[in-house]
Amino acid sequence: MPLLQATHVTKTFGNFTALDQVNIEVNKGEVYGFIGPNGAGKSTMIRILLGILQVTSGEATVFGMDAWKDAVHIHKRMAYVPGDVNLWPNLTGGEVIDLFTKLQGSSNKQRKDELMEIFDLDPTKKCRTYSKGNRQKVALVAAFASDAELFIFDEPTSGLDPLMERTFQEQVLKLKDAGKSVLLSSHILSEVEKLCDRVGIIREGKMIETGTLEELRHLTRMHISVETKRPILELASMKGVHDVVLDENKGSFQVDTEALESVMGYVSKSGIVHLESAPPTLEDLFMRHYESDEASQADEVGRDEQ
Amino acid sequence: MNNNSFEKTGILARFIMRRDRVRLPVWILSFAVVSMVVAITFTDLYASVEERQAIAETMKNPAMTALFGEAYGMNDYTAGPMMAHQMLLLTAIVVGIMNILFVARHTRTSEEDGQIELIRALPTGRLSQLSATLLISTVVNIALALVVGFGLYALQIESIDLEGSLLYGAALGTVGIFFAAVTAVFAQVVESSRNAIALSFSVLGIAYIIRAIGDVSSEFVAWFSPLGWILRTEVFVNNYWWPLLLTIGVGLIFVGLSFYLHGIRDIGAGLFPAKRGKSTAHTFLLHPFGLALRLQRTGIISWLIGMSVLGMTYGSVLGDLEAFLSDSELMQELLQSSAGASITEQYITMLMSVMAMMCVIPAVMVLLKLKGEEMKNRTENLFSRAVSRLKVFGSYVGLAHLVGIFALLVSAVGLWLAGLAVMDDMMSLGTILQAALVYVPAMWVMISLATLFIGFAPSTVYVTWIYLGYAFVVSYFGGMLQLPTWLEKISPFAHIPEVISEDMTYGSLVVLTIISLIISWSGFILYKKRDLLG
Ligand SMILES: Nc1ncnc2c1ncn2[C@@H]1O[C@H](COP(=O)(O)OP(=O)(O)OP(=O)(O)O)[C@@H](O)[C@H]1O
Ligand SMILES: [Mg+2]
Repeated sequence: MPLLQATHVTKTFGNFTALDQVNIEVNKGEVYGFIGPNGAGKSTMIRILLGILQVTSGEATVFGMDAWKDAVHIHKRMAYVPGDVNLWPNLTGGEVIDLFTKLQGSSNKQRKDELMEIFDLDPTKKCRTYSKGNRQKVALVAAFASDAELFIFDEPTSGLDPLMERTFQEQVLKLKDAGKSVLLSSHILSEVEKLCDRVGIIREGKMIETGTLEELRHLTRMHISVETKRPILELASMKGVHDVVLDENKGSFQVDTEALESVMGYVSKSGIVHLESAPPTLEDLFMRHYESDEASQADEVGRDEQ
Repeated sequence: MNNNSFEKTGILARFIMRRDRVRLPVWILSFAVVSMVVAITFTDLYASVEERQAIAETMKNPAMTALFGEAYGMNDYTAGPMMAHQMLLLTAIVVGIMNILFVARHTRTSEEDGQIELIRALPTGRLSQLSATLLISTVVNIALALVVGFGLYALQIESIDLEGSLLYGAALGTVGIFFAAVTAVFAQVVESSRNAIALSFSVLGIAYIIRAIGDVSSEFVAWFSPLGWILRTEVFVNNYWWPLLLTIGVGLIFVGLSFYLHGIRDIGAGLFPAKRGKSTAHTFLLHPFGLALRLQRTGIISWLIGMSVLGMTYGSVLGDLEAFLSDSELMQELLQSSAGASITEQYITMLMSVMAMMCVIPAVMVLLKLKGEEMKNRTENLFSRAVSRLKVFGSYVGLAHLVGIFALLVSAVGLWLAGLAVMDDMMSLGTILQAALVYVPAMWVMISLATLFIGFAPSTVYVTWIYLGYAFVVSYFGGMLQLPTWLEKISPFAHIPEVISEDMTYGSLVVLTIISLIISWSGFILYKKRDLLG
């Protein structure tokens, strides 16, 4: 039984469909990356999992309990950090952290002090005077100080400096080592790549891809740069080859995983002098979904015109 | 201050107009329509000289002066003087409220929400947003003055002549400009728009109280209140224009002060640097109720002080009232023969209902805070943790009821204390408290209505204000305008027994209580079931 499960979750606001039949599964001890462009529906999904919004149809369960009905029970074992942390201007950071940990149920003073140290946070300042990053740190300290089993982060590092971002990543890895589960929504793909075991890509309310990074990579292209004895001019016209940059015997290109075998066959016939290959980054993967989508939209337009 | 400080004021002013393109015309028209309807009603209701002078007699006492202000032209109490006496002050207060809300919205609220930062990053002047806001508020107040003035004149009522009508409108507009300026100053001094609004409302309240004290006992004191000034136009009777010049002159000083203060502070900040606070939370804060109370502490305390001062002010009139009654045998006969209640008792009963309605305001504001929290995405902080909706909603609803009752108690005690000081045979505290507390079920109905609307959808809460305003108008003017009984009975406050002069009856109180329980309960159910905005 997965720790967190959303099955066919649909959410509409009026006649706008924000989520359309979304499925998510986060297992115990797993860090799940949730990525997608602005307005894709990530925060909406997370708010459903938090029991702040109710599903229009489908089912969202956490720890096997209904996310809407059993919200309070669930939240005792869960911690959440939003991307846009809104705090009370006239309370201090320290007061807010105490409030949050108390409301969550568990509080560990020593751990809290440690985290404030690590995140370099001054708890005596009024929230009004905190910078965006410092407000985020308040929520992060409260979350990491809890004994939750499941952590949900919605773009938690959008205001953090690179140093703090790294601190955040270290803390998440610690959680992972401790066997906790994490749902991480982020626009920073390198972060997702570094931390996540599995990734789900959402676009316009639909999950368009899920799987481990390895699985997803399989669906996409390798970066190849090569130097050969003889020119490889046919490369540009081969199926499954993209972004070709050729300079006589040297060249770099991308190749779809399915076409790898035939392309490499051709290249090796030309006598390989030097070859480098790099796995696709998540960014490539992400971009490919856009490109292919734009392409398919262009197709549709083309079809309409015919 | 260089001459770029006002750059692009015109464009920003147009933008403000655009944002408020519905609100502002509605406000202006409402003032005009209400003023005209009341003027017509006065004319129709009191057609004969006898009727008019009879009502003038009942108006000529300190209690009425405290409520409505100094009366002029009582020897010929026609529609004009009636308007000046019974409508001007109250309308002026509402105009003041409108201006306070308008200016705060476009200055400190915009700043809090970060909009000003965006605007200032564009090639606009440092003072442009403030000057655009004040410019539009001035335009609106002038429009209000003209629309109300010509509207009244258009009725062609004999005692409502052109000069008087224009002066009446101008008096309202002037008060508006004054309170717009006051709010502009507070918007620079404090960091949150809530506090800026609260401080401006306090000035309005204090102006009312100073005027009441001044009108009843000392002309000199009344000169310290802008509301006192505009009443001294003696509109429709003597038509003095110069008190308006005084009001505008002082208003202009405040405008200058607000520009100066704006120049010397940082954006987003108040005048005073933020202090450091505690690094850990008090245990009291660690519960949604404690949090709700802590967040509104200052506002609640201010309201309690304000209500007790108001109670004392009204109470202090009792002595004058007693002296007045013993002087005027005619009045004594008139009132004591016609009804069983003495005029003091009637006065106290009327005050209790007014004060109970006033006490609904801080209570509903507590609930509005929950709406504000939701709009600012802060309830998410609670509901994403192990806190049930029932607990948070219950905390706010409970706090609202507590604040309402406490406000009522302190105003009643204030009234009793002041009465004790000025009267020889003041009623017992028990009687006064009972007279106050019978209104609690009516307050419950109002508060539970706000509960229902927040549970249903926060954007609908304003309906509560309309209903409260309605209840206020029918109780204040019901007798005067001789409204049909059913119109009065729509207000829950109309069903409260007058326990000072009549016997206590429980029937209607029980019904009101049951109604409010049902409404509240629905509010809770709806709040549990709906999507939260954040
Ligand atoms: N209460 C609401 N009413 C109407 N539409 C809404 C509401 N909340 C969200 N939406 C819409 O649902 C869509 C998904 O929004 P959501 O905030 O989930 O996006 P997101 O993936 O988190 O984007 P971002 O990366 O920018 O944070 C958006 O188009 C948004 O406008
Ligand atoms: Mg989002």
